[in-house]
Amino acid sequence: MSLFMILRVALKALGRNKMRTSLTMLGMIIGVAAVITMVALGSGAQQSIEDQIKSAGTNMITVSAGNWSSGGVRHGAGSATTLSIDDAEAIREQIQGVQYVAAGVNTRGQVVFGNQNWATRIQGADVEFPLIRFWPTELGTFFTPTDVSAAAKVAVLGTIVRNTLFGEGADPVGQTIRIRNQPFKVIGVLAVKGPGSFGEDQDDTIFVPYTTVQKKLRGIRYIQSITVSAMSAAQTVAVADEIGALLRVQHGLIPGDEDDFRVRTLEEMARVRSETTRTMTSLLASIAGVSLLVGGIGIMNIMLVSVTERTREIGLRMAVGAKGKDVLFQFLAEAIVISLLGGAIGIGLGVALSQGITQFLEWPTTVSPNAVAVAFGFAAATGIFFGFYPARKAARLDPIESLRFE
Amino acid sequence: MPIITTTDLTKTYSLGDIPVRALRGVSVDIESGDFVSVTGPSGSGKSTFMHILGCLDRSTSGQYRLDGTDVSTLSKDDLAVIRNRKIGFVFQGFNLLPRTSALDNVELPLLYSGNGMKVSERRRRAQDALAAVGLTDRSDHHPNQLSGGQQQRVAIARALISDPSIVLADEPTGNLDSRTSVEVMDIFQTLNSERGITILLITHEREIAEYGSRIIGFRDGRILADHATDTRRIARTELAALPPDVDLELDRRHETPADQGA
Repeated sequence: MSLFMILRVALKALGRNKMRTSLTMLGMIIGVAAVITMVALGSGAQQSIEDQIKSAGTNMITVSAGNWSSGGVRHGAGSATTLSIDDAEAIREQIQGVQYVAAGVNTRGQVVFGNQNWATRIQGADVEFPLIRFWPTELGTFFTPTDVSAAAKVAVLGTIVRNTLFGEGADPVGQTIRIRNQPFKVIGVLAVKGPGSFGEDQDDTIFVPYTTVQKKLRGIRYIQSITVSAMSAAQTVAVADEIGALLRVQHGLIPGDEDDFRVRTLEEMARVRSETTRTMTSLLASIAGVSLLVGGIGIMNIMLVSVTERTREIGLRMAVGAKGKDVLFQFLAEAIVISLLGGAIGIGLGVALSQGITQFLEWPTTVSPNAVAVAFGFAAATGIFFGFYPARKAARLDPIESLRFE
Repeated sequence: MPIITTTDLTKTYSLGDIPVRALRGVSVDIESGDFVSVTGPSGSGKSTFMHILGCLDRSTSGQYRLDGTDVSTLSKDDLAVIRNRKIGFVFQGFNLLPRTSALDNVELPLLYSGNGMKVSERRRRAQDALAAVGLTDRSDHHPNQLSGGQQQRVAIARALISDPSIVLADEPTGNLDSRTSVEVMDIFQTLNSERGITILLITHEREIAEYGSRIIGFRDGRILADHATDTRRIARTELAALPPDVDLELDRRHETPADQGA
């Protein structure tokens, strides 16, 4: 019997009992839809966490001042004053795979506008900083190289500072605020960034050129940090290692000397986070997989009932010339048709459900073609696996016994 | 040359530990074009004999030659091919597929013939077979829309579709009233005389057996009697003598509402 004939016979047989066929299919539909939706939810969460990490910069490398010891007293991380703008320039010029470099000097201070005031973090940064952090301005612009070389008194506000001093959503560009009693012209407002990786509020800040912090606010010549981005996430670790080696040379450290700086990447954190969501996704998928399994057992159950109920039909088919394998293929085809059709409908339902969840619950979901392919393949496999036993049972029936079956 | 030759056929079942000797050495020749009635009480072995002749079962010992081929040594699959090509079955319970049109039911054996016949060709042959039993206008009806006699005629059409050389009818009138039984016998007699199809009819009813030209009587797994029918009954003649209204009444009851409206 040709494949086409087998399929035709199977479809006709299924069509004779539409109610039962669709109920059996329902088990498969729910199973597949559940797998698709659960995996979509899981990978949506994973995607959103990955985006978050990417926006923090997975290819970001932070160099910060290290320990400074004087007469056996170690002053702890950040106490060294050896990091300089020359180091930043050296990193930019001498290391392959470096994309952006931005020196940084921080301080805190009281900020005043009109009758409002606010104590906040004042970050001295360089022009490439927003590029490294994927942090655009919402209003106005970030400062320019000219501002940096002139140590201009210009400020770019985080949204919290803007909201506190000017009111929610106000446009402060062009206004003058006072930082530690010095006038600064507001040239921009940064887009909302949200909480950072340690829960701190990243929007509660003001950016000014690092030179301005050095000269106008602190009176120092050194810098506290250098933020670097590698060309690609894959290069991050190698670039970080090279920076470490370069800075030792720059600072004239001999072997045995302790580093007076620290080089860190977000690699580790990124790995832990995506590991966590991957675990969650597989957990969700395996729970949904159970319902797919239950759907498959439903198919086997119905097929077994069907074989018993249709014993006379099987006997008759054998009497008019059906071979064992013809009957086997027919019942197998019925099970596969149920599972594939159910699988296809389940995919549609799963995709619709995922989109509904994103639309109404505002949870991120990502329907990956992989998950769809796996769910469909699993549905087909379920049909074959759970359809085989009943089909074999049907194929092994004795025609005489079957014809007499009441 | 006889179409069926059996030599010392035996069949022993084991029901638990007890062996049941259903056939105890049956030797018989059946000529092509014969109409043979097989009779006997239940448990006489006539059904077992028919199952073996129909290639549904294999004998324990002895030889069965069908159309010159020794089929007692064939595999299950080969027997299925023989059933498909050479033998048509008609059963007491009709055994039609439910919720399936008469045409599709008749077509069924062609699905297993393995010669890749075109859909249109299958349709045409099924229509022809239905026409041969006088049911052209019922081809779209499902079994539950047909009377018992009509259902049995659909079953006969199904048995005819692969042009078999033998039709095996196992108590074909068991579920039918007497007039319908005569009609079915008329069909068998016509097929036998006009197409030369060998008919083997199992029945425990003496009157039905008399429509055949030869009667073989079974008892205790052996042939007890084998003789030509003394006075053969001719269904056509009997039908002509019967009042026709009974049949019309039966037909009308099973017509669909659409038919009545037309």
